[in-house]
Amino acid sequence: MSVAESTLVQVQAVEKFYRRGSETVHVLEGIDLGVRAGEFLALMGPSGSGKSTLLNLLGGLDRPTKGTIEIGGERMDHLPDRPLAAWRARHIGFVFQFYNLLPVLTAERNVELPLLLTPLSRAERKRRVAIALAIVGLAHRAKHFPRQLSGGEQQRAGIARAIVTDPTLLLCDEPTGDLDRKAGDEVLNLLQALSRDHGKTVIMVTHDPHASARATRTVFLYKGQIVTEMPK
Amino acid sequence: MPGAFNWLAQLASITRFSLLTIPERKGACAAAAFGIGGVVAVLVGTLSIAQGFRQAMMASGSPDAAIVMRSGSDTEMVSFLGPESVRIVADAPGVARTAAGPLASSELFVIINLPKRDTGTDANVPIRGVSRMAFQVRDDVRLIAGRRFVPGRNEVIVGRGAAQEFVGLDVGSRLRVGRNEWRVVGLFTAKGGLAESEIWTDSPGLQTAYQRGTSYQSVFVRLASPDAFDEFRDALLRDPRLNVKVVRQAEYYAQQSRTMVNLITGLGSIIAGLMGLGAVFGALNTMYSAVSARTREIATLRALGFGSGPVVMSVLFESLLLALAGGAVGAAGAYFAFDGFRAATMNFQSFSQVAFAFAVTPRLLGMGLAYALLIGLVGGLFPAIRAARLPVAAALREN
Repeated sequence: MSVAESTLVQVQAVEKFYRRGSETVHVLEGIDLGVRAGEFLALMGPSGSGKSTLLNLLGGLDRPTKGTIEIGGERMDHLPDRPLAAWRARHIGFVFQFYNLLPVLTAERNVELPLLLTPLSRAERKRRVAIALAIVGLAHRAKHFPRQLSGGEQQRAGIARAIVTDPTLLLCDEPTGDLDRKAGDEVLNLLQALSRDHGKTVIMVTHDPHASARATRTVFLYKGQIVTEMPK
Repeated sequence: MPGAFNWLAQLASITRFSLLTIPERKGACAAAAFGIGGVVAVLVGTLSIAQGFRQAMMASGSPDAAIVMRSGSDTEMVSFLGPESVRIVADAPGVARTAAGPLASSELFVIINLPKRDTGTDANVPIRGVSRMAFQVRDDVRLIAGRRFVPGRNEVIVGRGAAQEFVGLDVGSRLRVGRNEWRVVGLFTAKGGLAESEIWTDSPGLQTAYQRGTSYQSVFVRLASPDAFDEFRDALLRDPRLNVKVVRQAEYYAQQSRTMVNLITGLGSIIAGLMGLGAVFGALNTMYSAVSARTREIATLRALGFGSGPVVMSVLFESLLLALAGGAVGAAGAYFAFDGFRAATMNFQSFSQVAFAFAVTPRLLGMGLAYALLIGLVGGLFPAIRAARLPVAAALREN
C-alpha cells in the first residue's frame, strides 16, 4: 500500500478566521495535516488553540476560510449544505464530550438515529444496533434511557451511535472530559480497541495527557498553528 | 424518489422526537394551545351571532316570495301604499292564486315598546297587521299554541322568539297597543325566521288602533314560481298608476341584515384579530422556548446528518399541532357554549328587535380551525428558522 493510498485525511494550507466587527480573529493558520487510515490521533492544545475548530472542519460542521480538506480522497470542504449533511451521515461518527444523547429515546433508539438516514430495513437497523451496543459492552442496557445510565455508559452509547454506520472517520471531542478517571479509562480502552482491532481511524481532541498517551500519535496546536512541542 | 423519501423519513423522525418532548414542556404547550383556543372560541362565538342573525333574516326569504313597497323605501317603516295600489299588486301577473283569491297579504308594520325579560328595559317590538292570506303567503308560519286571531276582535298571535324575549306575550295575557287592549291568543313559529320576532294581528284592527285609515305599508306576495318574479316586477314597474319598488323577499331580508351582520362580523374580526396577535406571541414564546430547550438535540441531529429542512418543518409541525389542538378545544367550547343560545338585538333597518339563535355552523368551525392554524404557522415560523440557522458546532456544546 502506498503512502498516498493509506492517507485517509489530508488537510492542506487550511486557515480559519472570523470577523468580529472590524477585527479579524485568526483561529487556524497554515494547517497541514495528514492522518493515515487506522491511526488514533490525539489533538492537544490549550483552550482557544483551535483544536475543536479543526475537528469541526474535519467533520464538515464548519468550512475553512482557505485551504482544502480531503477525506478518503474526496474533497468535502466546498460541498453545499445538503450534500455536506449527507456526506457527514455517510463518513463521520461523532463522539461528544457531553454524550449528546436524546433524553426521550432509549440507548438503542439513540444508537439507531444515524441509521434512520439510510435505506436499511428495520430488521437490519436492529441487527446493526445490537452489534454496536455489543462492541461497546452495553447490550444489557439497550432499553434504558440516558437518565438511567451512568456517565461512562452514556458515553459508550454515544460511541455505539458513532460506529453504528461503520463511518470512515471517528471524531471525538473531549470524550473523557466529563468522566471520572475509571469511566474515562474504559472509554479510552474502547477507542483504542476500535482503532487497533477494528481498523477505525480516530481523531480525538483532548486536554488530558493521560488520554493522549493512548493515541498512536499526538499533534499539538498552539494559537491556531501546529507545533512540534508545546511551549512552556 | 429516494431523496424525497429520505427527507420525509427525517421529518417523521425529528417530529416524533419533538412530540416526545412535549410532556417535559406541558405547561408552556398547554398555555399556548389554550391561548389559541380562547381566540378561536371568541372568533367563532362572535361570528355565530352574525351567522344566527343572518339565518333568522334569511330563513324568511323564500325564492318564490316578493315584497312590494313604495318606490324609494328601504324598509316597510318608511313605505306607504294606498288601497288601490294594494289591489293592483294583488291582481298583477305572476302572483300565485287559489280559489280564495291571489296569495297576497297587504300589511302594516308598527313598533311598540315592551320590556325585555332579561333586563326589564323597554325595547322596540314589531307588530304586524296582516290580511287573511298571510298564512298562505308565508307557509312556514305554524301555530304551536292557542289559535289564530279573529279579525276585528283585538286579538294577536306572537312569534316564539318575541314571546321568549319580551314580557307579557304569553298566550292568554293582555297587551296594550295604541288605544286598545289586545289579547294574546296564539304562539307561532316560522322556521326560526324573522316573523318569529313579531306580533301579528289583522290589518284593519291595527289600522284603526293607529289611525292609519285604509293605508298599508307593504304587500307580501307568493309568486306562481320563482321564475315569475321578472314578469311580476316588470308589470308593476310599467303600470303608470303605481310608484312602487319590487324585490324578492330573500333580497329584502339580505339588505335588512347587512348592516348588523357587517357590524358584528367587523367587530368580531377586530377582536379576534387583536386576540390572535396576542396568541401569536404566546405561540412564538412557546416555540422559541422549545427550540431553545432543544438546541443541543437539534444540533446533534444536524451533526449526525439530518437536514435543516426537516428541522424547520418539525418545529412548524409541532406549532401547527398545538394550534390545532387548541383550536379544536376552542371551537368545541364555542359550539357547546353558543350554538342555539337565544338572544334579541336591534335591527337597525327597521329599528325593531330581532330574536334569533346563535348559530355555530360547520363553516364557522372550519374558519376557527383555519385561524388557529394560521396563528400556529406564524408562531412557529420564526422559531423554526432559528432552529435551522443554529450554528451546529457551537450548539453541540450547549448545556
